[in-house]
Amino acid sequence: MYLGEVIGTVVCSRKYEGLQGKPLLLVQPVDHRRKPSGPVEVAVDTVSARRNDLVYLVGSREAALALDPSFVPVDSAIVGIVDSVDV
Amino acid sequence: MTLCKVLGSVTATAKHPAFLGRRLMVVQAVDELKRPVGSSFIAIDHLCSAGPGDLVLVTREGGGIRQVLGDATLPIRSMIVGVVDEVGA
Repeated sequence: MYLGEVIGTVVCSRKYEGLQGKPLLLVQPVDHRRKPSGPVEVAVDTVSARRNDLVYLVGSREAALALDPSFVPVDSAIVGIVDSVDV
Repeated sequence: MTLCKVLGSVTATAKHPAFLGRRLMVVQAVDELKRPVGSSFIAIDHLCSAGPGDLVLVTREGGGIRQVLGDATLPIRSMIVGVVDEVGA
């Protein structure tokens, strides 16, 4: 899992049926200091995150497991909104 | 598995139910000389009670984590599985 900052939204009206009704957000992966740690990606949101929220995400096969039904073609899912990072 | 240093913890109120009651830690992968490798990431702490500064062993393979936690539906991909006493290199 990794941290990310929500920087926008993505709208797709024509998409795989398992993705209907699933919000897509643009996320900048960041490290614990909120410094970008990789390219911007599109993630499915499971926790109603909003722009500028610091969130944590899960990638690969586990991203699909965060959804119901879980047989969907996604590789990045937002699974929590971060209140604080204590380092 | 990867050697990591624990940097701290993450608090999240709104989260996927799979993460309820689980400790979320910020970890930094390190090499055999404890030099940072890549960016920090998040791992759950399962029964290891790791704290900031600890050198730990982290698995980044969801299938094994689902087996250990006994739930085939968990969307969890990284977990602290041990606190390292010593690395001989």
